[in-house]
This record gives sequence, structure tokens and C-alpha cells, in this order.
Amino acid sequence: MTEQPAIVVDRLSKRFGAIRALDDASFEQRPGTVLGLLGPNGAGKTTMVRVLATLLRPDGGRARVAGLDVVAQAAAVRRLIGLSGQYVAVDQYLTGRENLLMTGRLYGMSHSDAISRAGELLDRFGLADVADRQVRVYSGGTRRRLDVAASLVARPPVVFLDEPTTGLDPHGRIALWELLAELTAGGTSLLLTTQYLEEAERLADAVVVIDDGQVIASGAPGALRARAGGDRLEVQAAPGNDPRGLAQVLVGLGTGSPAIDARTGRVTLPVSDGTAVLADLAQRLAGSGMRVAELAVRRPSLEDVFLALTGRPRVQPASDADRADPPGDASTFDSVLGRTR
Amino acid sequence: MTASTIADALVPPRGSVFAGAAAITARNLRRLARVPTQLALATFQPILLVLLFTYAFGGAVRVPGVARYVDYLLPGVLVLAIGFGASQTAVAVADDLATGMIDRFRSLPTPAAAILAGRAGADAARNLFVTTIMIGVGAAIGFRFHAGPAAAVALVALAAATGLAFSWLNMWLGLAVRDAETAGLAGLFPVIILTFTSSTLVPVATMPGWLQAFARINPVTVIVGALRALALGGPTARPLAEALAWIAGLLLVAIPLAVASFRRATSA
Repeated sequence: MTEQPAIVVDRLSKRFGAIRALDDASFEQRPGTVLGLLGPNGAGKTTMVRVLATLLRPDGGRARVAGLDVVAQAAAVRRLIGLSGQYVAVDQYLTGRENLLMTGRLYGMSHSDAISRAGELLDRFGLADVADRQVRVYSGGTRRRLDVAASLVARPPVVFLDEPTTGLDPHGRIALWELLAELTAGGTSLLLTTQYLEEAERLADAVVVIDDGQVIASGAPGALRARAGGDRLEVQAAPGNDPRGLAQVLVGLGTGSPAIDARTGRVTLPVSDGTAVLADLAQRLAGSGMRVAELAVRRPSLEDVFLALTGRPRVQPASDADRADPPGDASTFDSVLGRTR
Repeated sequence: MTASTIADALVPPRGSVFAGAAAITARNLRRLARVPTQLALATFQPILLVLLFTYAFGGAVRVPGVARYVDYLLPGVLVLAIGFGASQTAVAVADDLATGMIDRFRSLPTPAAAILAGRAGADAARNLFVTTIMIGVGAAIGFRFHAGPAAAVALVALAAATGLAFSWLNMWLGLAVRDAETAGLAGLFPVIILTFTSSTLVPVATMPGWLQAFARINPVTVIVGALRALALGGPTARPLAEALAWIAGLLLVAIPLAVASFRRATSA
């Protein structure tokens, strides 16, 4: 017997006034896998999750979760899903344990089942020490862990996590990634939305990229990165050295032509394998006499993927600037190879 | 996931609706005890209302056939206190919507009506508590039941039923208005307007003619009239029937509106 897909999204559309939040979007998720729904702010990720979690009715198209229609069989779908939304939804005036207990009861679990499951999750999520304190004294990361734990109370076969690492520091983010990897090893199907290619690569078996409510790409995360043109070599000329001269030195080294950022003077070059070109680069630089202030090889970001897929850079809305703070920040994830004097 | 998991999901588990509602009641009672403003509104405010109106108005208002103003006031000010308290329900529901709690509740299998009924249950417990405090404070400054213990119990029950109608109306308001501050005002204004244009604080006969016409059909006058009949004595059948008709009517409108709003509600 072939297993049901965890999720089938078939030409879903949802409008809010003039805005097409979802526009004829389709994809499928195999059971027991992690699907990363990748897109910038306003792409339609949250709307997609809300439709799949039975919170919003689509205007057009159909969606099935665990084989059940999210509109016609919404009540049954709710017994099979767990949701951790974009904003932490736990009661601040209840303790962590009380929150999980309440959630268990709302899933229809017996009192004793709910108590033992709450204890189990509190242990597993490292919340045992604060379990009997009110949530309002928790840190942001601790609240987020509790919120994710709440979505797992009833051991639902399909779990939706909407930007679960938003607002977490790098340490908290990595800790949550490890928890999620452990969770999905148990066979749960997880749909995770994220703005960060790094996060999708770390967790997802497959990635669906959406923009303006449309699915613009899907596939394995590695394949997606390859489509973005592999790594990025970034070179900053030392003061007094012309970036255009530097760009000239780099011609022919990568898979495309070097681009100069007009504001920073930074020269960026797409390369198939970042570290492989370094020896050649060093030789060329030495030969040219150009002095370099900073040199880095980084993996492509969501920005690069968008550029490759749509041919245009994706501009973050100014109001979302605080949330655009990427985990793929150079200090955390890029292989910064050092500076030459 | 296996086919049997999915098949199980199609059959609603028995007893979960009641347990779900009870979980929400427990949640809101905990909040009542732990959120300082909620606790203050459920304790000090009712006490203050009894004392302030008794001593500020008591000297000025003479009610024919009633010896002490507090005997006249108490059944009325119960409705005022329950109405004020109910506006907190509108605030709390709007807040739950803004913080994503309602998204989470709606993603869970417990039906909308049970979630809202759970909150109404907590409100009912709060109202019984408030009513008890007010009767206690009233008794300390001279209030007495004049129609016997059965009527006294009926008065408490009628006050609770009134609270239930206010509670469902305010749940609907909170979900419809969405913004917590606006919801609080939307809950308070009708209470203030209807209370002061009713027999709650002063006899209708002291009002100008045009206002008397409105005051007599005002549901607050009708309900306070029934509570007063139960406290002071006199014929109770007709006032009680009219009051229950109003409460039933309000519930019949408010419950479907609240449930429908809840089903549509999702944080923006």
C-alpha cells in the first residue's frame, strides 16, 4: 500500500482585497518528510499555513492534509495536525505545564494522558526547570520552545511550524533545529516556513519556494542552491584600490561575471566551488598588485536564489527590517577566510 | 501516518467537548486569580460600587415603600457590576485574537462553541463570586432580603443568567471589534447608557417623561425589576418571566453571532 502524501496543495488561491496572498499554488509533501516553504516576508507562507491548518478558507483550489480535505473535513484535519504559528501563542499567566495540559485537553486527551505527555515534552524541550513558573517570566527562546512543544502534544502526524526560529539567538536557533531533526526522525511530517535558505538546507528534505503567492521553484535544497549558481566569492578592495580593477582581475575565475556593489565597492563573483578557486585567486591578486581588505566565500542566500529564479532582487519591505535579520549573517554561517593586509 | 490514524480522526472522540470547555474554564479562572487588573475588577470594583452609590445617592434618593436605599440599590448595582466585569471578556477575547491564542484554539479539535462556553463558564464563576461579595458588603451596611431564602437563591441565579447573556455578547464584541481597547469601550458604553437610563439607581418616576418611556422598555429596567422583586418581595411571576424572556432573547442572538465570529476569526 502506498502511503498518503502528508500534504497535497492543488491550485490554491486566496485573496485579501486586491492582494493575491496565494495565487494558483500547488505542491505535494511526502509523508514522514520535512518540507521547507521558503519565501520572503509577504510571499504567502503564513496564508498557506493558515489554509492548511483550517484557519482560512481558500477562494479557489483544494488542499488535503493526511488525505483529508481542509475545508470539507476540517474537524477531522484538526485531530491530525499541530500548529505553532508565527507568533508565540501560549498563555503568559499559565505555567508551561498548565499550557501543555490545556492543549492536551483541547485535543481530547484524557487528564492522565495529558499530564504524562506534558511532563515528557517539558523534559524533551529542556523546560523541566521552568515548567511550574508562569510563562511571562520566560525568555523569548524559552517561550518559542514551549510553543513548539504545544504543537506536538497530541503526537499529530502532520505539524506546521511558521517561522519557528524567528526571534531566537543563534544558540537557541541551533538548539531548536536539533530538536526538530529529532522529532522528524520519528516519522512526523513537518512543514516549516522560513525566510532562510540555510535553515531549509539544514532541516528540509524538499523545498518549495514561493513569491507573491506563487510557487516559483521546488526540489531538494541542494538542487536549489545549484540553481542559484553555487557559492559566492566576495572581495573588498583595500582603501585606495579601484574596485573596477579588482573586478577585472576576477574575470574568468567564476561561473559568471563579477558584479560591483556601487555603495560598498564590494565585488561579488558566482563560483561553482568557493574554496577550489582560492589558490587561483591568490595567484591573480599577487600578479596584479591589488590589495584586498576582506575576502569571503559564502553560500547563496535567499536573495541570490530569488535573483537566479526571477531575475530580479527581492526587496525586503522596510517595516520588516527587524525581522529580516538573517541567521545566514556572515558572522554565523559564512566561511570567512580571513583578511590580507 | 497509517490509514487507521486517519480513520480514527473522522470519528469525534466522546466526552472531549466537555473536557475542552472545562480546560478553557480552568484557564480563565487561573487568569482571574493571577492577572492583577482582573482580580481588582472582580473584588474592589464591586465593593466600591455598593459603598459609593449607597453613601453618595442614599441621602438624596427616596424610594416610596422602601425604607433603606441599599435595599433598593443592591439588586440594581449587581447588574451594573456584572456588566462592567463582562467588558473584560471583550478585552480578553480581542487580546486572545491578537496574540494568536485563538488561532491555536481553532487549530485544535475542540469545537468553537465549547471553547466559548468554557469562557462563559469562567465568567459565571466570577459573577457568582462578585454577587456574593456585593451581597456581603450590602448586608454589612444594612441590606436585607425581604422575600425569604428561596427568593434570595433565585436572585443569585437570575444575576448569573444575566451575566451569561452579557458574557456571550461581549465575546461576540471582542471578536467583531478585534482591537482590545476598542472592545473594552464597546463593552462598557452600552452598560453605562442602559444602566443610567433604567431603574438601576433611581426610580423611573423621577425621570423626565420622554426618558421614562425608554426606561420602562429598557431591558436593564426589566431585569433589575425582577431582581428587586426577589429581594424586596411582591409579585414576582410577571417580572421574572419578562426578565427571562430578555435573557433568552439576548442569548439566542449572541451565541450564534459569537460562534460564527470565532470560526472566522484569525489574527491579522
